[in-house]
Amino acid sequence: MGCHLSIERLSEHDIAVTGNRCARGEQYAREELLSPKRVVTATCKVGPSSIAAAAKPIAAASAADLSRPRRVPLRTREAFPRERIPDLLKLIYGLELRLPVRRGQVAVADALGTGIDVIVTRTM
Amino acid sequence: MKQLRYDTVVIGGGAAGMSAAAELKAKGYSAIIIEREEELGGILMQCIHNGFGLIEFNEELSGPEFAQRVQEKVSALDIPALCGATVLDLRQEGDSHVVYCVSKASGVVRVEARAVILAMGCRERNRGNIRIPGSRPSGVFTAGLAQRLVNIEGYIPGKDVVIIGSGDIGLIMARRLTWTGCKVHAVVEILPYPSGLTRNIVQCLNDFGIPLYLSHLTTEIYGQDRVEGVEVTPIENGALMFDKSFKIPCDTVLLSVGLVPENELSKNAGVEINPATNGPWVDSTLMTSVPGIFACGNVLHVHDLVDFVAEESRRAGSFAADWLSGKRPRKELRIKTGPNVRYVNPARVDPERENKLYMRSMVVKNGAILEVKVDGRVVKNVKKPHVQPSEMLTLSLGPQDFAQAGMDAQVEISIV
Repeated sequence: MGCHLSIERLSEHDIAVTGNRCARGEQYAREELLSPKRVVTATCKVGPSSIAAAAKPIAAASAADLSRPRRVPLRTREAFPRERIPDLLKLIYGLELRLPVRRGQVAVADALGTGIDVIVTRTM
Repeated sequence: MKQLRYDTVVIGGGAAGMSAAAELKAKGYSAIIIEREEELGGILMQCIHNGFGLIEFNEELSGPEFAQRVQEKVSALDIPALCGATVLDLRQEGDSHVVYCVSKASGVVRVEARAVILAMGCRERNRGNIRIPGSRPSGVFTAGLAQRLVNIEGYIPGKDVVIIGSGDIGLIMARRLTWTGCKVHAVVEILPYPSGLTRNIVQCLNDFGIPLYLSHLTTEIYGQDRVEGVEVTPIENGALMFDKSFKIPCDTVLLSVGLVPENELSKNAGVEINPATNGPWVDSTLMTSVPGIFACGNVLHVHDLVDFVAEESRRAGSFAADWLSGKRPRKELRIKTGPNVRYVNPARVDPERENKLYMRSMVVKNGAILEVKVDGRVVKNVKKPHVQPSEMLTLSLGPQDFAQAGMDAQVEISIV
């Protein structure tokens, strides 16, 4: 899948890309080598209406509690600076979303001032 | 017992089943989807990472996003789904195929149909399949099970992890567990090359400095109640070098050692299985050896991209619709797998129309050429800058390629 790119390092802040079959290839190689970014995916807690059920020990939970959604999947709308991912994860793990949620709904707007939103990826 | 009757019954409500059902309905045939889980979506629902849909939707989506987009098509077409239902038996009764399934909500249900689409997906190979010696402590999981625990149930399986096998799910789990606060100490791969996609090696291992031991075998799992570590031994020239073995302490072992199409039901129904794919033998229309039963997605052969699953399944739906309308191919040619090709699916082509083929290479090679011969004469050459077993190849063959093919011409595809 995709192309295999060749990179020539011109200076500390510049590279030459060959082997790409479209403009996306060159842009990807530049980003990947000079300022890597990743789409971050993670889950956050379901709360607070179902928090009582989640806090109960497993043995005491009823079958209905067990089948209740426990985590909401999220992702950044676009690629996020790699070196700031640990801070972003901390933010997401502290989050609680009350159900129902809709796919595409913004869970965190402008995360850590990067201008990038974190969105819900499953309607539930 | 509840009785239902449709033109087609689709077994499995993942990407494959939903795509096939939508195509059938769009062509005017009724279909019902039978799904084991409480919701449609299949394995995509636990694949919360991104990278799905680049070909289907021209966007990078997470698994649940991809699944729900396909599911919206299914809902818009008013296709019924029986969720929370397990299929017990698939058999022929007179001229129809009959599926017996059972669910908490409806009890035993008998569904009669003229055609069946098998879309049950695949299963993970486990410790028993690869025979790792050692004790049997808790803490050994398949990667997909761990993925479900973390992403759906909200449990973390352990703190210090070693992953055996470099399949995509294992690599994805290396990143997921690292992001969840676990320490992934190593990925151990028996082969000299990784079995996952390159992008996953880069983004899931290299980003975190997780060592990948290629040509290494896990020769023992230690621990009494809980995993305490694994012994890893390098392989040189095909021999285990026990004098170079080393131990990696850990409390959790994940196995990502391959997937097997889930064909217990198919076998009971008399469907013949191709040993190269572990999926059914299918003709040029993706129909199995039992007339009226079609197969698509991971139950047919294990794919690496869901985009290919969706594409293949739409074709299966469309072929099943053709079959229901009485259309049959006039002629089929058998495909022989030539040098360096593990399998080609389907292994037959209809020389009178375009045929889309999926295949896997047996070798890692740069500057490879996919060569198609009809009766020993080369009719097509396709350059592939890089081939490897973990990346499925596609090829289209049409009437122009078979212009001079006789009634019993043999087609051979090889990688040179």
